Amino acid sequence: MREPMSLRWTRRVVLVVLGIFTLVPIYIMITSSLKPLKDVQGTFTWWPSTVTFQPFREMWKTIPLAHYFVNSLVVSTASSIASVVIALLAAYSLSRYRFRGRQAFSVTVLSTQMFPGILFLLPLFVIFVNISKVIGINLYGSRLGLTITFMTFTLPFAIWMLTGYLDSIPRALDEAAMVDGAGPLGALFRVVVPAAIPGIVAVAIYAFMTAWGEVLFASVMTDQSTRTLAVGLRGYVTQNDVYWNQIMAASLTVSIPIVAAFLLLQRFMVSGMTAGAVK
Amino acid sequence: MVETLTATPVRHDTKNGKAAAKPPRRKRQLLPYLLLVPAILLELLIHIGPMIVGVIISFYHLTQLYLANWRHAPAAGLDNYRVALNVNGAAGKALLHSFTVTLTYTVLVLGFSWLLGMTAAVLTQRAFRGRAIVRTLFLLPFALPIFASVITWNFMGQRDTGVINHVLVDQLHTQTTRPFWLIGPNSFPMLVAVTIWRTWPFAFLIISAGLQSIPDELYEAATLDGAGVMAQIRRVTLPLLAPVNRVLFVVLFLWTFNDFTTPYTLFGDTPPVQADLISLHIYTTSFTTWNFGTGSAMSVVLLLFLLLVTGIYLIVTNRRSDNA
Amino acid sequence: MRLSKIATATAMALVLAPLAACSSSSSSSAGSTGSTSSSGGASASGATGDPMADKGQTLTYWASNQGTSLENDKAVLQPELDKFKAQTGITVNVEVVPWSDLLNRVLAATTSGQGPDVVNIGNTWSASVQATGAFLPFDDAAMAKIGGKDKFLAGSLSATGATGQPPTAVPIYSLAYGLYYNKKQFAAAGITAPPATWDEFTADAKKLTTASHWALALEGGSKTENIHSAFMLSQQQGGSFFDAAGKATFDTPQNVAAIKQYVDFMQTDKIVNPSDGQYSKGTDALKDFATGVTSMVFWQAASGSLKNFGMNDADIGVAPIPLPATMPAGGKKITSMVAGINLGVFKNTKYQDAALKFVNFMTSTDEQMILNKTYGSLPSIQSAYTDPAFQTPNVTVFKDILANSAAPMPPVPAESQFETLVGTAMTNFMAEAATGKTVTADEIHQALAAAQAQVTS
Repeated sequence: MREPMSLRWTRRVVLVVLGIFTLVPIYIMITSSLKPLKDVQGTFTWWPSTVTFQPFREMWKTIPLAHYFVNSLVVSTASSIASVVIALLAAYSLSRYRFRGRQAFSVTVLSTQMFPGILFLLPLFVIFVNISKVIGINLYGSRLGLTITFMTFTLPFAIWMLTGYLDSIPRALDEAAMVDGAGPLGALFRVVVPAAIPGIVAVAIYAFMTAWGEVLFASVMTDQSTRTLAVGLRGYVTQNDVYWNQIMAASLTVSIPIVAAFLLLQRFMVSGMTAGAVK
Repeated sequence: MVETLTATPVRHDTKNGKAAAKPPRRKRQLLPYLLLVPAILLELLIHIGPMIVGVIISFYHLTQLYLANWRHAPAAGLDNYRVALNVNGAAGKALLHSFTVTLTYTVLVLGFSWLLGMTAAVLTQRAFRGRAIVRTLFLLPFALPIFASVITWNFMGQRDTGVINHVLVDQLHTQTTRPFWLIGPNSFPMLVAVTIWRTWPFAFLIISAGLQSIPDELYEAATLDGAGVMAQIRRVTLPLLAPVNRVLFVVLFLWTFNDFTTPYTLFGDTPPVQADLISLHIYTTSFTTWNFGTGSAMSVVLLLFLLLVTGIYLIVTNRRSDNA
Repeated sequence: MRLSKIATATAMALVLAPLAACSSSSSSSAGSTGSTSSSGGASASGATGDPMADKGQTLTYWASNQGTSLENDKAVLQPELDKFKAQTGITVNVEVVPWSDLLNRVLAATTSGQGPDVVNIGNTWSASVQATGAFLPFDDAAMAKIGGKDKFLAGSLSATGATGQPPTAVPIYSLAYGLYYNKKQFAAAGITAPPATWDEFTADAKKLTTASHWALALEGGSKTENIHSAFMLSQQQGGSFFDAAGKATFDTPQNVAAIKQYVDFMQTDKIVNPSDGQYSKGTDALKDFATGVTSMVFWQAASGSLKNFGMNDADIGVAPIPLPATMPAGGKKITSMVAGINLGVFKNTKYQDAALKFVNFMTSTDEQMILNKTYGSLPSIQSAYTDPAFQTPNVTVFKDILANSAAPMPPVPAESQFETLVGTAMTNFMAEAATGKTVTADEIHQALAAAQAQVTS
């Protein structure tokens, strides 16, 4: 099938324009991270006056970047895994059973993910403080607390998405497993989970990415030992200078693992996110 | 095949009803509840509990005077709501303004993200050399952590050292004086552009997936009927993409309307009036002025609005699935 | 049946609320008994007692960011904390909190009762923080343990909370605003002395401003810098943002005039680069001055930073900020707010004695010399000024400003609201002026009235 010439040219022009829009900020991030400090503080230049890796060395000293990195990794991974596990159980229940209260629960989940985090910030804080006073588990300022906090946005989304995904997996699969003598949980883990891998991966990536970038809760609910990258990077804006080159170097460094993971797993992301709508 | 299937658990109800009607044994009926227990416990802890506490706080004058022993904060009755909703008063007017800004922002971001995503998806639908690379490049902004990319935009928008003014003023000479991008009237388009930059790749990703599931025969049939490219999009692509679009719009709405990270990273805690999004507005009102009662009342008002949106969404999707 | 399900859920959620309430009451009483018992113990071992009496205790200290970076602050403080440990056996764990987080963190600690033992606060927050009742008041007994009220500069001690109440935190780093000017550029423009009145200031500034050079740099996007200037200018006009009873009086003609004067530097006089409207990081204006981009800046003692930026020491001149040529009725000869950092102790600390010892240590002559020299601030105690580093002409100017023409920001609980509301309004005015709109007195009046209406009394 031959494409008309006009279509081919439209495509080229539009894609080039979109490509520029997409890539300019990324280009700036990369080149600025290779500039000496005076370059990023003076008039903008498209290319560094001298290419230097100094920012990549100094960025570890200006703030405890490695420490923040570990915190982000731990908290994002934990909230991502916890959300997926809990959501998987809930989604299986919602998808495979009809029971009283099911609809009420679904509606609640759908509504809660609509609410902005700012709504929960102070109340959650007050509740955490009181939990630690009553049962002695320290949630405020701890990684556990931050993990739970992040689940305010990762969990409902995970339940919603996974329910949609499990709905797209034919019930015949688990029924066959049950005929073979598996219980409902056996069917879930032996048949449904393997079939739902794309959905699970998609939800996990999504949860991880949002947790990785969260700023609001992380700025109130952390202290020095539990600070995450998203908040910690502000440390480059100090009283005496703004180290734009180090900010760019650090932004780039902390982006690479996420971008790599995302690009590797994006096909799961697509099928996972759209399974509910497309089959 | 494309099915108009089940974007939400609720719609799913009507669809799989028959399968569920098969009488399950009594013993089994405990299982669905057990499976929900962890989710319900967490929902109580992180959503229902805070929501109730939030509603309670909104009826109190909780200021710095009572933070150390907030149990003794004086009851406020409906005072906080009067302050938040009185559009003739300063606080109410600011809240309404912020709400309008947020709605405009949401509509623009959703519209443009969809439009760009749709355009790019249609144009990359057929194979051509370099397609894989183009798709990967397009996805980068979405994959980058929000704070990292927004910081970069902040750097780009600096008046004297940013690339935007360098191009507009120094290279293209379109302006005589250097415009501002992070304060004043331009801050709003700047904010919208940054968010579109970040979200359109997601629209592109999802729409591309949706397009792949539309069988070629439908286009061929349309071509035989003499339909041009635009007609094909109108008659084949758009109707069949409807369920995908619905999910897409819900997700984008959630991300955009509640966005805090983008304006906060772009502008700091004093956003320009022109770009005063509601999440940041409430944060500023309650955290930096130590006025938690009013902040909570504003949150509750926002909550009611979002409940309304959810309700409308549920009614619309339920009706569609009834028609299906 | 669905209803009953919802009811169960609600009931479960409600369980949290009473639990929360009980716990908070029990903890607050625990806090108060804790403090009485420890102050009982305190009388046995005062500052004069056995220095090792609190050996083995560990304090948590939140320091503010005074140095070039958080890490730099840690590097500066750690040797001092080690010294303290050697003297007293008390370990101090320091966390340097960025300014962007500090107030939130203090707020959170106040609400939760879980916080550090000792904390740095911006001295302008004193009254607001004091109103929470979460800080240990430095009454005569507590003051006695840290060396007495008289060791502090009276000026710095005036910005420690509501008038007539014991200080809520004591000054450790003192600062004042001055007019920094570039001697070389002044000489080149034929100006022999720094301006003493606003008329002279404007005349000089216009002389210094050329097509490629601006006379003055302002941190126009910074709420705090704007509010500090507004306060100072309003004092000169005879204005006040709060009346004697602590009620907000934002929209008086004097305050409007003060803010108009500030905005007019950019809008009417055109001696400020419009770019300054988005300067908000707290470094931009100073940097412009240090690198010769502008000839003047209003700033707190900053010789260290200026040197960091590579400014030649011989070019740095400091003078008090100008005054009106003829003082308006009721106008005060104020050229600066009392700026600085205070050190406070949380009331519910388990180690009150140790905390007070630490405060005593941080406000001792030696530490005041070392730390203020490093940070480029001024000592808060008299005796530290014997160090030659604090006797240079520039430092003397600041010391005199602090002693003679500085006034504390309004010592009322609503001060932080005032800073946020009026500071935000001013930031918006600066943005308007920068983007070419005209800010009228009428508009300023309306914005101030709106801000005033939002202050909770």
